[in-house]
Amino acid sequence: MIKKKLGSMFLAGSLMMTMLFSACSSGGTTTTTSTPAPASTEPETVAETTVDEAPAVETPASGTIKVGVVNNPPSESGYREANVKDMEAVFSADNGYELKTAYSLKNDEQLQAAQGFITEGVDYLLISAAETTGWDDVLKKAQEAGIKVYLFDRMIDVDESLYEAAVVSDMSKEGETAVQWLLDQNLDEYNVIHIQGAMGSDAQIGRTGALDAQFESGKMKKVVQQTATWDEAEAKKIVESVINSKEDFNVIYAENDGMAKGAVAALDEAGITHGVDGKVIVMGFDCNKWALRELKAGAWNYDGQCSPFQAQIISDLIQGKTTASSKKIINEEKGFDAKTLTDADIETYGLGE
Amino acid sequence: MQENCLLKMRNINKLFPGVKALSNVDFTLRKGEIHALMGENGAGKSTLIKILTGVYQMDDGEIIISGNSANIRSPQDAQNIGISTVYQEITLCPNLTVAENMFIGREESFIVRHRYYEKRAEKILNDLGIPARSTQQLGSCSLAVQQMVAIARAVDMKCKVLILDEPTSSLDDNEVNMLFSLMRDLKSQGVGIIFVTHFLEQVYEVCDRITVLRNGELVGEYLTEELPQVELVAKMIGKELDELSSLGEFEEKQTAESEVFYEAKSLSSSDALPFDFEIHKGEVNGFTGLLGSGRSESVRAIFGADKVNGGTVKIKGEDVKITKPIDAMKHGIGYLAEDRKRDGIIADLSVRENIILALQVMKGFFKPISRSEAEAFADEYIKVLNIKTASRETPIGSLSGGNQQKVILARWLLTHPDYLILDEPTRGIDVGTKLEIQKLVLKLAEDGVSVTFISSEVEEMLRTCSRLIVMRDRHIVGELKGKDLNQAQVMKTIAGGESKNEG
Amino acid sequence: MKDNFKKIFKGGLGQLTIPIIAICLLVIFNLIRDPAFFSIALSHNNEGNLVLSGNLISIINGASELAILAMGMTLVTAACGGQDISVGAAAAIAGSAFVKILKSSPNINGVTVIAAFLFACVVAMIFGSFNGTLVSVFKIQPMIATLILYTCGRSIAYWINGGATPTVDSPIINAIGSFIPGIPIPTPILIVVLVAIVFKLVFHFTSLELFTQSVGINGSAARLNGINSTFIKLLSFIILGVCVAIAGTIGVSRLGLINHETLLLDVEMDTILAVAIGGNNLGGGKFKISGSIIGAYVIQMLTITLYAMKVSSTDVKAYKAVVIILLVVIGSPVIKAKFSKLMNNIKNRKPAVAKGAE
Repeated sequence: MIKKKLGSMFLAGSLMMTMLFSACSSGGTTTTTSTPAPASTEPETVAETTVDEAPAVETPASGTIKVGVVNNPPSESGYREANVKDMEAVFSADNGYELKTAYSLKNDEQLQAAQGFITEGVDYLLISAAETTGWDDVLKKAQEAGIKVYLFDRMIDVDESLYEAAVVSDMSKEGETAVQWLLDQNLDEYNVIHIQGAMGSDAQIGRTGALDAQFESGKMKKVVQQTATWDEAEAKKIVESVINSKEDFNVIYAENDGMAKGAVAALDEAGITHGVDGKVIVMGFDCNKWALRELKAGAWNYDGQCSPFQAQIISDLIQGKTTASSKKIINEEKGFDAKTLTDADIETYGLGE
Repeated sequence: MQENCLLKMRNINKLFPGVKALSNVDFTLRKGEIHALMGENGAGKSTLIKILTGVYQMDDGEIIISGNSANIRSPQDAQNIGISTVYQEITLCPNLTVAENMFIGREESFIVRHRYYEKRAEKILNDLGIPARSTQQLGSCSLAVQQMVAIARAVDMKCKVLILDEPTSSLDDNEVNMLFSLMRDLKSQGVGIIFVTHFLEQVYEVCDRITVLRNGELVGEYLTEELPQVELVAKMIGKELDELSSLGEFEEKQTAESEVFYEAKSLSSSDALPFDFEIHKGEVNGFTGLLGSGRSESVRAIFGADKVNGGTVKIKGEDVKITKPIDAMKHGIGYLAEDRKRDGIIADLSVRENIILALQVMKGFFKPISRSEAEAFADEYIKVLNIKTASRETPIGSLSGGNQQKVILARWLLTHPDYLILDEPTRGIDVGTKLEIQKLVLKLAEDGVSVTFISSEVEEMLRTCSRLIVMRDRHIVGELKGKDLNQAQVMKTIAGGESKNEG
Repeated sequence: MKDNFKKIFKGGLGQLTIPIIAICLLVIFNLIRDPAFFSIALSHNNEGNLVLSGNLISIINGASELAILAMGMTLVTAACGGQDISVGAAAAIAGSAFVKILKSSPNINGVTVIAAFLFACVVAMIFGSFNGTLVSVFKIQPMIATLILYTCGRSIAYWINGGATPTVDSPIINAIGSFIPGIPIPTPILIVVLVAIVFKLVFHFTSLELFTQSVGINGSAARLNGINSTFIKLLSFIILGVCVAIAGTIGVSRLGLINHETLLLDVEMDTILAVAIGGNNLGGGKFKISGSIIGAYVIQMLTITLYAMKVSSTDVKAYKAVVIILLVVIGSPVIKAKFSKLMNNIKNRKPAVAKGAE
């Protein structure tokens, strides 16, 4: 079974390479696929967002609502993978949708795909843009064609009137929630190792802000602040070097789960206790399932959510179940404390497996 | 006399780590003179030239140009005071036009005025009688013309001293004559030419004076007409003439009918037309013909060096397949390639590694020759072939041409071949080594090794080979042996023999 | 080794001079900055094992993957005169393959780990031969040929395990990535030693070194001496593939987690640098594996030094670049030639002065 799967993977691998070869001349790898019900992709895993008891909503004449989604490819990250799966599950045929998707990391390819959806005549256009600029024309065309646009995950630099609503995460709020939780622990002193993500990324900027404010106010002491560019192994090296310098610290604030794991590995090797009853408080972000399990086991203390689940909110808006109070809808995100985390939380909010 | 003097080098000294390359060497070049610089490899010719062109700095000595002491610190300096060099290998850009090549790097302004340069180039080419158009791509010209374009470039840079370093090695007779008339032309214009070559006949054809170096020391300066050829050779190698003459006799070589070692029928490769060939055990034969006649291509086909297209091959009467070098090696065939730099030496590797290479390949990937064994082999052949090297660990690239050639020879001798193909083993190397190699070939034959020997110097082949295969335009046009083995007959066959190739 | 030492002290510029001087300078710099920088401590880790710790251990341990990749890269460089820039991506694939097998078995024991590692090796060797075929058969420049896998390698790694960062939890994996109970030296260091010994043995029992150098220096001559240069080039890529699999396995085992996007991120550039700092000619030809290993430690020591100095995140790469530019320029043929000239002058002057004194 495995062998078979891997065999096909290699086939796919070589196909991909040939595609790459040809892509050099044709200049793009946008794959526009029309996805009917994701019958093969476990629809039951998204139980929490699927509205089972949803009544047959007022559907357009054609009987289904046509939705075009322009997104980044699922291979981008675990976050994106969950995001894509969520979209496919919510906008399924069972729920009365016809879903068309286009994935690309490149803005111009995304623009082309959006253009395509407009020509095809979708009812709604959902966009998570690769870049914030260059979207005016396309969105104006959509408006002229009577297509309603929702932005998710990422904002675009256009006039508010061009879209219905934007459902986004507020990265700085994630940081604020986490730092507030840290303050609530009422430690005698805060000596923080701050491991940053790739410099300049939204997540890094957002999650760094709140902590930087504490460093400046003097409430917390910055032992070290360094980027590991989301790399677990690099995070381990950074913590190792602090341990070797014999400097004291009692908080590790890592901007994602992987880097927190790297940091913990360094603590383990040095025989430093961590987690709920340990000397060092460990904080991570993203809520991978495995990370939440570490939390549950008491090895870590805090994990902040960055929710990839925007589909249901948009679906509700489309079907008129809720109305947007403002153009910008902040997707509510939680922070989990090791002491209060439940197994149900892990199932509901955990990413991956 | 004094004002006639263009260039004077006095008491030039140059020390390389461990070697005294030049000691107290004098050299004088007069206006309108073609001056041959002669010597064995390692005599110091190239060092002297490199000092003059600013590639090396001398340790001690004085250079006077047109009466003024000159300080040459870089090739640019040399060019500025009117010293230009044309090397054996063409150093121009084959993908640019003739005109571009003549003016590249010395445009007077940033705006390249193609038309203007083309016109100027055309005029120079005309004046010098060079058969090329200024708009032609250099790469589409023959080697000789490329050589001449390089000279034209030098001449146009108002050079007073023109150094020609082995310009004729890859030219055929016709082209050499073209080059010589150009040289005489320049001479009449007052340019002083330093001519470095290994071809003695050419020296006597075109040079006015000869300066001989040996082992980094000056032997003397002579007027060409006052120095007979044999004496020149004696001065170069520092040996008495008997040794030369002992080889010189055209003794009756046995054309013994021993068993046939190698036999090919209508063998052809991507570069060679089908031909028949056989060689007996212990026989020395040769392929001769002008450059481009297909002699090298034919022996490459025997060794499987190019893609073999067809034909049958028998070794000791048994059918074998030779499609790549390793096949040939496994059947006891060795091949010393024509272009030593490109196809022979592994420049950065030591003498030891270069010697054992072929044997190692034959032994196979998983049976490496141990270090001590390799050292023993290297020492043995350094001694037997009298290879001049600082040590067996010296990179082969830093040896002189003749010694490099000996190392490559050692490489093949070490495999104990039954049949050795030597393509131009004596090209570009000094007279002494040439003789040593010829002797070695005869000795090998005595020991039962079959040898195919190729040389551009017919003289040399007549001395060593008992049978000559003559080629013209990629066809075999004759086979000479016994009393037919003389220069006149060879020339006649090359010039007018009937084609014997099939197809 | 003795010979190398001799060479250095004789003032000649051996291949290893630059990397060794670089290491010495970094050591001296660190000792001045913090005399206790290289102190090593023996303490208990959270599993209760006695283990060594300290900056020196961090450096040698942290450079393990780099050192192993640099060894393989040296061979590819020597044979093909170019570099494989897909090693990071390929390591992500190999690591993913490793994790895939571990995840698919109900319980992880020694046999599954070995099976997973061998599978990772096979996968990496297949991708290595893909690169190698492009280079040796189709004569594509190594950097261009491997650009393909560099671009799509991490996507392929994604397909193997999906986008999340799967974790594997097992004492055996932990032993590979950090410490074997009872041995205080980090396992990756031991693996580097093992790989280096294997290379040494391969060079001793085969003609790989001679053939690779011959192909790299003069391919035409090598061919006429019966060497199958296509095979030698392909072989170098396959050997690099094995190195990639080992590096990927170590990388995964360190944390028991595979993140296909960040596993050995940007390692290809560090690997090439290690080869260059080791005094190897990036245009192919003669090589010294030991140089590349030292090069890897130079790079790692530089990184750890910068961490220890708490150089701000945004500046680390710039500092690193400055030092590396210096090293590479000092090691360049131009500077080397100038230096040996200077040395010669000094040498020649000394006897002259002595004579003058008499």
